Amino acid sequence: MSVSASSTISTPIVANSATRILQAAMAVCFGMIIVGFVGFSHIEIVHNAAHDTRHANAFPCH
Amino acid sequence: MSLFRSIVFTAALTGVIVGVSVSAVQFAGTSQLIAKAEVYEKAGEAESGAITVTPMADAHVHEAGHDHEEGGWEPADGFERIAFTVAADVLTAIGYALVLCGLIAMRGKPVTWREGLLWGLAGFACVMIAPMLGLPPELPGTPSAPLGDRQFWWIGTALATAAGIGLIAFQRKPWAAVVAIAVIAAPHLIGAPAPPEGLHALTPEALRHQFGAAAVMTSLVFWAILGSLSGTLFNRFECAA
Repeated sequence: MSVSASSTISTPIVANSATRILQAAMAVCFGMIIVGFVGFSHIEIVHNAAHDTRHANAFPCH
Repeated sequence: MSLFRSIVFTAALTGVIVGVSVSAVQFAGTSQLIAKAEVYEKAGEAESGAITVTPMADAHVHEAGHDHEEGGWEPADGFERIAFTVAADVLTAIGYALVLCGLIAMRGKPVTWREGLLWGLAGFACVMIAPMLGLPPELPGTPSAPLGDRQFWWIGTALATAAGIGLIAFQRKPWAAVVAIAVIAAPHLIGAPAPPEGLHALTPEALRHQFGAAAVMTSLVFWAILGSLSGTLFNRFECAA
């Protein structure tokens, strides 16, 4: 009885922390996609638009 | 408020503030130096077009030079170029703030502005200091290895440095420190892709040196504000949740 009680208490906590990690990981991926698009895109137009930003941030350019 | 929304709000607000302020610093520093370098670059390109070069050297000159003459759209000098640079700065700041806040959230402990500043300085070490040891901030018209190779090394170095700093900060065991130092050093032992031999930069060394210093200082300001602001705002949004 005590085992089932403890499992019902601990499960939501674990799930909560897992969803928090998942949300944080999504934010990290989202951020990397944005930085990748601005600083690392091979598309000529994106490169030219972000040119000075790329140089100033020491992203590889040209 | 969900954690994801807290992170996104923090990153958006931080990104706009940091992007706009750093753009102002850039216009006084790096952008002026880039404009000067482009004068040398255009003069150098005109000269190299006039002399006969071997096919091998020709390929390198193409890699070393600017690609703008290929006919792609580029913002016109003046307001348009400034506007696109501000937009790119804001986007870069939002992107980095998302990564930073996401990592802070994964750690799971509330941060003060000061701890945020330390997170920011760690970011500065990962994406500026470590990559620039092998690939210094470049002015237009500087010879360099193929773009894909440099990007691969840059990203690998930034990730390795982040992993190393994370190990040192959160794993207080001697073995972790040893592994961390090895991971941080590895990309530099492998070595950054080198520019082709026999080519000279089109810009004077003093200008390149000045640009390197300006870029590093701008990045330091960028990360200091980004870190401390992310820490402060993220705490506020999370407490409000």
